[in-house]
Amino acid sequence: MTAFQAGADYGGGRREEARGPAAIVLDHSHPASKRIIVGYGFWIFLLSDIIMFSAFFATYAVLSGETAGGPSGKDLFDLHNVAIETGCLLLSSFTCGLAAIGARAHNGPMYYGGMAATCVLGLGFLAIEIHEFVGMIDQGAGPTRSAFLSAFFTLVGCHGVHVTLGTLWLLTMIAQVFAKGYRADILRRVLCFALFWHTLDIIWVAIFTVVYLLGAGS
Amino acid sequence: MFGKLTWAAVPFDQPIPLFAGAIVIVVILGVLAFITIKGWIPYLWSEWITSVDHKRIGIMYVTLAAVMLLRGFIDAIMMRSQQAIAFQSQGYLPPEHYNQIFSAHGTIMIFFVAMPFVIGLMNFVLPLQLGVRDVAFPTLNSVSFWLTATGVLLVNISLVVGEFSRTGWLPFPPLSELTYSPGVGVDYYLWGVQISGVGTLMTGVNFVTTILKIHAPGMTYMRMPVFCWTALATNLLIVAAFPVLTATLAMLTLDRYLGFHFFTNEAGGNMMMFMNLIWIWGHPEVYILVLPAFGVFSEVVSTFSRKPLFGYRSMVMATMAICLISFTVWLHHFFTMGAGPNVNAVFGIASMIIAVPTGVKIFNWLFTMYGGRIVYATPMLWSIGFMVTFVIGGLTGVLVAVVPADFMLHNSLFQVAHFHNVIIGGVLFGMFAGYTFWFPKAFGFRLHEGWGKAAFWCWFFGFYLAFMPLYVVGLMGMTRRMQHYDVPEWHPWLLVAELGAVVVLAGILCQVMQLVVSIRHREELRDVTGDPWMGRSLEWSTASPPPAFNFAVLPVVEGRDDYWRRARLAERGLGPTVEPVYKAIEMPRNSPTGFICAFFASFGGFGMIWQIWWLVIVALVGAFVTFVVFAWRDRTEYEIPAEEVARIDRANRQARGEALVRAEALS
Repeated sequence: MTAFQAGADYGGGRREEARGPAAIVLDHSHPASKRIIVGYGFWIFLLSDIIMFSAFFATYAVLSGETAGGPSGKDLFDLHNVAIETGCLLLSSFTCGLAAIGARAHNGPMYYGGMAATCVLGLGFLAIEIHEFVGMIDQGAGPTRSAFLSAFFTLVGCHGVHVTLGTLWLLTMIAQVFAKGYRADILRRVLCFALFWHTLDIIWVAIFTVVYLLGAGS
Repeated sequence: MFGKLTWAAVPFDQPIPLFAGAIVIVVILGVLAFITIKGWIPYLWSEWITSVDHKRIGIMYVTLAAVMLLRGFIDAIMMRSQQAIAFQSQGYLPPEHYNQIFSAHGTIMIFFVAMPFVIGLMNFVLPLQLGVRDVAFPTLNSVSFWLTATGVLLVNISLVVGEFSRTGWLPFPPLSELTYSPGVGVDYYLWGVQISGVGTLMTGVNFVTTILKIHAPGMTYMRMPVFCWTALATNLLIVAAFPVLTATLAMLTLDRYLGFHFFTNEAGGNMMMFMNLIWIWGHPEVYILVLPAFGVFSEVVSTFSRKPLFGYRSMVMATMAICLISFTVWLHHFFTMGAGPNVNAVFGIASMIIAVPTGVKIFNWLFTMYGGRIVYATPMLWSIGFMVTFVIGGLTGVLVAVVPADFMLHNSLFQVAHFHNVIIGGVLFGMFAGYTFWFPKAFGFRLHEGWGKAAFWCWFFGFYLAFMPLYVVGLMGMTRRMQHYDVPEWHPWLLVAELGAVVVLAGILCQVMQLVVSIRHREELRDVTGDPWMGRSLEWSTASPPPAFNFAVLPVVEGRDDYWRRARLAERGLGPTVEPVYKAIEMPRNSPTGFICAFFASFGGFGMIWQIWWLVIVALVGAFVTFVVFAWRDRTEYEIPAEEVARIDRANRQARGEALVRAEALS
């Protein structure tokens, strides 16, 4: 996140779209710059997304003991795999931060390199997750087996869907910068993408703790 | 190829839906043919369908709500008629059809009447009151509208193709699970509400950002009109509550489509979790609807009392208090779950506490009127009617917050009477007040007062006739959603309720007449200055209808009710003497993105309902391509030249100047 705080004026910093001097932008009595508005709006959206996840978390918490005689988290979770997944995702946040700094500095190798690394790490995460899901379904522990597994697959799967969509967005942003250059509106989208990617990380940390660590330990 | 969809889905054997569907199709084709013959399609496409102007989107939202109000009312009067005649008989509606009608009535009235009406008014008014040119994300606004329209379309398609849900306006499991509702009715509900819910969530994000980040110079938070505050609270609630609805409906969808066990009877599913989740959304939803209505009343009461709003700060505090407390009362919808006396007591007390800030508001409006020079224009009548009616609804609400009383009244017609009491008396009266109040701003002429007053009195008395009897039969033990009954004591009350529905129908006809008469006499009702009511907030400082850019020069705000102060100064000849420096204005370009997204969402939703998977994939790819094409645009804004801005603004200044001269000549 610090990368973005340090770069607090990129996009809007290129003055063609700012509506007033930076000092006044902080004061709520004037219309804010587009970068502030877009970043702010996207944060609000991310908060709503986090609330949606919180509903799935609550559901999981209620149903985590409802195994209906089937396997529990202790029987199913392989913390070794989960550790690699976590490593992939945390590292991808770092590379995503590098890409954002690269975009701000109009540094092509840093931007494209950072985005490509983020993409590879994201796909790696997804591959491990799909492998885990397929393995569970193969041993008869699919989402229809019990309420616990329904809640597990939905919560973790919903995060996986977010990572998939994020990867699609990532590829689109690579293509867009390649085609259009570091335009102010595109840099704002890069900022939003980075916020989105970091948020997925935060949600994963919660999943890692609530689902996997608590599940494997209980 | 077409999933579950076959010709058997069209109800050729049921005359009522078939007939109703045929009428709707004929009307739609007639309208389409008419606008094609008139050559209006290019105009509609470039000026309305692709418009990203918040005023036009607002008008389209309100139009959508008005049309769906007619549909929802037809359902209502059908139910009332059924209960009026189904005493010791089957009535004229078979049970499976009756169940669809009460489900459709509730779904339509909440999601496709109240929500679009509220969002439409906020859309139209917010940027004008904040003194700015548009919302934070104009194209997203258009996407939101068209996704709502998609929801409307899907729910109405169910009239002719397949069936609608029979599980009530909220699909309570296990009844809504595949085992007990094997048809597509619940799926129509799920996808219609889910898609429009995404649109609503986008609106929430958009408006929170707009209110908190986009202001005219000097428009600090404590100078915002109360409508902006209530809109802020509503949109915060949307952002915080609608994701829960999305998640809950997604879980039910997974249960139905993929055999998951969230809410099923077997494999550890927990149906009461659905009740908790849906009401964690559902109770804030009540305040999402009523808070903007409170905002409208605040504007109307102070305008027509010619006084600043009494207790502005306490109004803001009360609004934000309701915003918070509304998240702590959801369990009062199912005290009978058996959570135990302690849990029930907490939620019962919280439900009583939330009546306190609402009471503060009622007193503020009363004190605003006290000592004022009150003008009994139609918006003011709706406001006073609201105050009387809403207090009764609030009192019955506090009554059912008492847990032992609720055990007796749960699921009875007393509940039905209570929530219609607050939703009609609160939300709908508020929306009608706002509609009459801001109509001249939107179209440049006022609505006819006589027909407006007739409509008010019909609605007012019709409401009391229709719903007070339901309190009585509720206390006599009549449960809701009964297709027929055998208790002779209930019958006369239900006949009175039917009469009430007929009086409300008269009110609706008056409103249709009001619109027709007002359009025909628009020249006499013309608002030349842009300030027909002696308004107080910034929307009255611009022309009616406002130019695309709203304000030629962003107003510099120096206090609360800033426009009122300036207008009174101008009356004393102290108005602005120098013309401002006009500059070219950049406005967002129109975009078909919203419409095309909704096009794909409609087919995607239809494909999900009937399990036509290729259609779903095509729709998803289409939606993604639409976004990419939108993101690839190079020109996002167009420029209105300074001369054009000057011409439009000078015309309004001149009209206002002439009106001042006329007023002086009269006095």
